[in-house]
Amino acid sequence: MNGLNPNAASQAAGALESGYNFAYLDEQTKRMIRRGLLKAVAVPGYQVPFGGREMPLPYGWGTGGMQLSAAILGADDVLKVIDQGADDTTNAVSIRRFFARTAGVATTTRTPEATVIQTRHRIPETPLHGEQILVFQVPIPEPLRFIEPSETETRTMHALGDYGVMHVKLYEDIATFGHIATSYAYPVTVDERYVMDPSPIPKFDNPKLHMSPALMLFGAGREKRLYAVPPFTEVVSLDFADHPFAVQRWEENCAFCGSHDSYLDELIVDDAGSKRFVCSDTDYCMQRREPFEPQQEVGQ
Amino acid sequence: MSKLIEVAGLSKTFTLHQQHGVVLNVLRELSFSVAAGECLVLHGHSGAGKSTLLRTLYGNYLPAGGSIRLRHRDAWLELVGATPRQILEVRRQSLGYVSQFLRVIPRVSTLDVVMEPALARGWSKIDAEARGKQLLTRLNIPEALWQLAPGTFSGGEQQRVNIARGFMVTWPLMLLDEPTASLDEANRQVVLELIGEAKAAGAALIGIFHDRAAREAVADHYLDMTPATPAPQEYCYAG
Amino acid sequence: MSAAELIHGAAVELDQPLFSVHDLTRLYGPEKGCQGVSFDLYPGEVLGIVGESGSGKSTLLSLLSGRCAPDRGQVSYRGKDGAMLDLYAASEAQRRTLLRTEWGFVEQNPRDGLRMGVSAGANIGERLMAQGVRHYGQLRAAGIDWLQQVEIDPMRIDDLPRTFSGGMQQRLQIARNLVSSPRLVFMDEPTGGLDVSVQARLLDLLRGLVRDLDLAVVIVTHDLAVARLLADRLMVMRRSHVVEAGLTDQILDDPQHPYSQLLVSSVLQP
Repeated sequence: MNGLNPNAASQAAGALESGYNFAYLDEQTKRMIRRGLLKAVAVPGYQVPFGGREMPLPYGWGTGGMQLSAAILGADDVLKVIDQGADDTTNAVSIRRFFARTAGVATTTRTPEATVIQTRHRIPETPLHGEQILVFQVPIPEPLRFIEPSETETRTMHALGDYGVMHVKLYEDIATFGHIATSYAYPVTVDERYVMDPSPIPKFDNPKLHMSPALMLFGAGREKRLYAVPPFTEVVSLDFADHPFAVQRWEENCAFCGSHDSYLDELIVDDAGSKRFVCSDTDYCMQRREPFEPQQEVGQ
Repeated sequence: MSKLIEVAGLSKTFTLHQQHGVVLNVLRELSFSVAAGECLVLHGHSGAGKSTLLRTLYGNYLPAGGSIRLRHRDAWLELVGATPRQILEVRRQSLGYVSQFLRVIPRVSTLDVVMEPALARGWSKIDAEARGKQLLTRLNIPEALWQLAPGTFSGGEQQRVNIARGFMVTWPLMLLDEPTASLDEANRQVVLELIGEAKAAGAALIGIFHDRAAREAVADHYLDMTPATPAPQEYCYAG
Repeated sequence: MSAAELIHGAAVELDQPLFSVHDLTRLYGPEKGCQGVSFDLYPGEVLGIVGESGSGKSTLLSLLSGRCAPDRGQVSYRGKDGAMLDLYAASEAQRRTLLRTEWGFVEQNPRDGLRMGVSAGANIGERLMAQGVRHYGQLRAAGIDWLQQVEIDPMRIDDLPRTFSGGMQQRLQIARNLVSSPRLVFMDEPTGGLDVSVQARLLDLLRGLVRDLDLAVVIVTHDLAVARLLADRLMVMRRSHVVEAGLTDQILDDPQHPYSQLLVSSVLQP
């Protein structure tokens, strides 16, 4: 399948299904999406419309991300899929198995070994490298939508760089909560030009967008929009001079791996309401706990 | 003495389109001039067009023909055919108008009404307030009323507020439309003093005074406005 | 009299037109819309446009503010930098920039001019943010200052406009427009939907702001009393034409055109 660590890149569950084109979509559709992706890479942060296809799962389950993944996957790629940082949730498992069966590509849970990582709402803690592509599942691609319902108007606003209203939202946060309370889908300016919704990742992950060596692609299935942040692009989170952008911090460490600098999920572990904090990125957590043991695919 | 206003061949007609296009000739070929420090009193019975003349000079009525030239910023300016902007500038700097009726602006206090001409000329609020209070005191408007809008004041009080407003700043040329009408003796005396001071300061005045004593106290010249052959309908409009 | 007076006078003398309109025409049908409108507007001057419904007042206002394009005619505006801008030759970006910086537009219905879903403070601050102010403290201070200037309790800075009365909403809309220190403000029946007592307060406020900020204003109204109180000069419109233009008090006290005479005689004591 590929030349990487045969242990980590485990055999896909189930054999390659016959009767489907490689990675489910037909070649014309994939070419169309690739043309859109080239445009998106050429104009960082700009939302490119594309002719979205019906996928065999409902909108909201990652149809946009899957179409982009289908368009860029090659036979020797290694795919990782995460949902809120976890490799073992229903959504992640299903999508991983989908591509294993329709494209026969290798899959992995190990961040460094993947060449394509499709993600919902997180960027892996392990730093990405230049041979990787991160594909985001995006529910609402338009950062101006909350204040401007008209698509014609938002497009004009993007065209003219008319972004005053973006700060209106942050202003409202500070006025209401005393600080910028927006904690996910935190708007950014890409390459000093377009304001972009980085999808509902926690703002904790925003700094990872900045000057990332990996290519970042964003796909919204319902809205049929895609956009991109090319490698080594400036991505700046919007803020105020006297209320600068800041990421979440925790007093606690991860209950499993002891990490104090990763994004933590809060778990209620018993009826008394005791709390524990664990890493949201399951692969990162595993690697810290058992650094020398190869991982088996989980959730099968 | 130097002339401050020269009027030549001035006429004013009203065309009443709502009343079958009746044309009223109210002013016909009037010519006169007034020099600095002089007061010209308009003379003629009710309906002779005295108020119409003052309003025409002020630009409130549109002249039908003739010429109104006045000194403005050290030059002669023709008011007939002047732009609204020029007329407003003349009204701000050179031409004052005091009528017996105050146009009340809702919610604006007496003191602010009086101060407005000075503020329009760019005075500081402090200077304008000092001068305004001094005038209101002189015209016997009780201090308790200064911060109230004059809408509810008696006719005489409103008239005195309007006079204070009219004399708030110095005007090279002033139009006075019965400023002393219906004032008591003491207040009439104050108004006559103000007029005297304006004359002494070199202002040219044109006024209507029904009250004989007042007229004789201020007049240097008279303009007889009794029409030679008054047309009947002129009575029903003018005055 | 004072030094300030001399400076003020000199400035007025030197002034060039701020806004020049030539032969502006847009017709939707015979005598529907407006045609052949020309005028110059100077800094600090208030122009009233009066006339009955359907006479073309609102069309004219849309044309003047660059919201729609004319069939023919020119509008030019002298910017803060002194350069003349041809409004219809300018790019959409330039027009938008004007409308949120050097210009203001006060809608008849405050709901059209406000963002009803965000607080009063955010409404006031939006223009500043659009101009690049990135300091919350400054935005806050500007919000409080402008609420006071339009006589709204600064304690209400975080309240939504929908909790305000109609008069307060209108005053908030004015503050939202004036915060960027515009030089030219368009107003479409700003006192239209308000009670008489509330109207008086708003008019008084507008008069003061116009004088203090040296604003040039184009105000559309069908209320002649409003026109008399605010406007230096008037244009009377009827069936797409300007039938008479001139000094406000002259038009109201000595109207020349038959239609102006009818308009003036139809109201009680304008």
